[in-house]
Amino acid sequence: MKEIVVISGKGGTGKTSFTASLAVLAGNEAIVADCDVDEADMHLLMQPVVQKTENFYSGVIAEIDQFICSNGGTCVEVCRFDAIHEIDEQHTVTKLDCEGCGYCARVCPNHAIKMVEQNVGDWYISKTKVNNILVHAKLGIGAENSGKLVAKVKNEAKILAEESHKDFVIVDGSPGIGCPVVSSLSGANFVVLVTEPSVSGFHDLKRVYELVKKFKIKAGCIINKSDINQEVTEEIIQFLKSESIDHIANIPYDENFTKAMTYGQTIVEYDKGELKDLVVNSWQKIKELV
Amino acid sequence: MKIAFTAKGAEWNSEMDPRFGRTEYILVYDDEKDELTSFDNRDIENEAHGAGPKTSQKLFEMGPQVLITGNGPGGNAATVLEKAGIKIFIGAGQMTVKGAFDAYKNNNLNEI
Amino acid sequence: MKVAIASGKGGTGKTTLSTNLAAFLAETQQIVLADLDVEEPNSGLFIKADLQSEEVRYKMIPEWEEESCTLCGKCQEVCNFHAVIRLGDQILVFPELCHSCYACSELCPCSSLPMTKIRMGMTHQYKKENLTFIESRLDIGQEQAVPLISQTKTSIDEGFGSDVIKICDSPPGTSCPVIEATKDVDFVILVTEPTPFGLHDLKLAVETVKELGKDFGVVINRYGIGNDDVIKYCNENNIPIMAKIPNDRKIAELYSKGKLIYTELPEVKQELQKIKEHILNIYNELNK
Repeated sequence: MKEIVVISGKGGTGKTSFTASLAVLAGNEAIVADCDVDEADMHLLMQPVVQKTENFYSGVIAEIDQFICSNGGTCVEVCRFDAIHEIDEQHTVTKLDCEGCGYCARVCPNHAIKMVEQNVGDWYISKTKVNNILVHAKLGIGAENSGKLVAKVKNEAKILAEESHKDFVIVDGSPGIGCPVVSSLSGANFVVLVTEPSVSGFHDLKRVYELVKKFKIKAGCIINKSDINQEVTEEIIQFLKSESIDHIANIPYDENFTKAMTYGQTIVEYDKGELKDLVVNSWQKIKELV
Repeated sequence: MKIAFTAKGAEWNSEMDPRFGRTEYILVYDDEKDELTSFDNRDIENEAHGAGPKTSQKLFEMGPQVLITGNGPGGNAATVLEKAGIKIFIGAGQMTVKGAFDAYKNNNLNEI
Repeated sequence: MKVAIASGKGGTGKTTLSTNLAAFLAETQQIVLADLDVEEPNSGLFIKADLQSEEVRYKMIPEWEEESCTLCGKCQEVCNFHAVIRLGDQILVFPELCHSCYACSELCPCSSLPMTKIRMGMTHQYKKENLTFIESRLDIGQEQAVPLISQTKTSIDEGFGSDVIKICDSPPGTSCPVIEATKDVDFVILVTEPTPFGLHDLKLAVETVKELGKDFGVVINRYGIGNDDVIKYCNENNIPIMAKIPNDRKIAELYSKGKLIYTELPEVKQELQKIKEHILNIYNELNK
């Protein structure tokens, strides 16, 4: 069973659209995981029917019991995040500012503060329109995206894949370079980097590849919208060569991608020609490289 | 000598867990007493942060000189294991615990 | 006055808008453009200005002093993030996990964990005529964006009065870093695209902004592609659509070269003018 993770560094390069296409092509060979839990979009193309929902708890927030609180203010003195204020003569915690360190709770002379675990989101196991399984999640607003929910989604997908003897787990990874991406990458057998030939796309590709290098994972790259800027596409190709990253494909800029999306379809369902072939060939290549 | 394994169960025929920080079980084999002890680490799933350091600390308490695992520890855990002087062998992620032990004895695993 | 440019979805054109809007506004007044997307700051690729200053940014973490320590383990007990652990006769600190709450340091009975600074990233400040551009960048391997965003904001507040308009390019998404970047601004511009992904993520962003109690408006980028669902959604929810930037392959090409758009495309300049008027109205209200 091989784990393929698709990341991009920069948003808007077509990562999710591409991953959804792979999910459709792989069909029953794969379990799919949407680890972009902050802004999960894969379901818009996979039309999942939820079979199981689980609450997700992460992190704690301080809560002051107003009946026990004597407004001494020790909590305010120790809070480094300016999360406690006196509002209407009651000491109150501003949830969005509380980091959950628990310092206030430890020093309150009246023991009036409790650290309460937060239901910051939910995760789901669903059946998609192509009859494979999608594990996905929704993180609430302002929640700390620590990588824990990403790890949970991926792990559940892996367990399902092992139980049902699937060949692949295909993961839509998180954007950026922080904890959620690290969590998306850990345990991967192969990374697909989806980029675009813009100065910022290339810049972010290099930054995210630093992370991939640290984990020593084999990688391949798709240059999406490649004909927007031939010069930068060439620079990217040189970069890929110098880092021994497989150049999987160049996909030209085509509004059919967006048109397909508005119909809730991936490009391999919507397009009948060159674009579809490019993606099908890319999937073949990825399977060989893994 | 004590040898530790990251595993998905508490027996010799259990599958190895390729991860370190969030491994489900830590098994320790004492070859002088021919004893296999296990620690259920599954609570670690509830930790948002610091799984690596927490699991490493538990491992340290169990006193092994060697750790056998799959992909290897992440950055934080590696720091702890290095300070604790525990030797790490990787590449056993797809084996059973018994298989991993044999591979280690036959020098078929990589030390990092 | 502070205006945040945010979006739920990445890649909708936040940076395109913030750089072009800032440059356009700077034609007639003092403007500060701040790139708070500290994990992947990109605005600098489009703004050509002279470096005025650079500053290394630090966060505070505890450092173990062996001599005075009795190995009581209190530090480990009070750390909610497992950033401090006792291993036999050593205390180990994990800087990436530390949230700088100072609990271990201040509750240690022997004062063996004084807080010391470690580097987390850098801030660069550039200037060209009316435009001051400030960019903060997190070092690779540093996992926490919030402290850097917070410090950058503080230095902007200290350096510029409230009469100067500050455009803040925020990180994408709806989690902690975005909250930190937008929680004390006067107005939020949400950038979206008229597609299912765009609409879905816009709704999440709207939820976030409403939770923060902020005034906001929407700019639709790549207008003409996709469908009209975003417009319907905004109208149904009384959300002002401040501008519609047309879908034009030429825009993607200019962007890919790191060039400003509005100087070459008058239709875009027209839309920026609408945004400018909207912002100046709010500015005048605030400064009455």
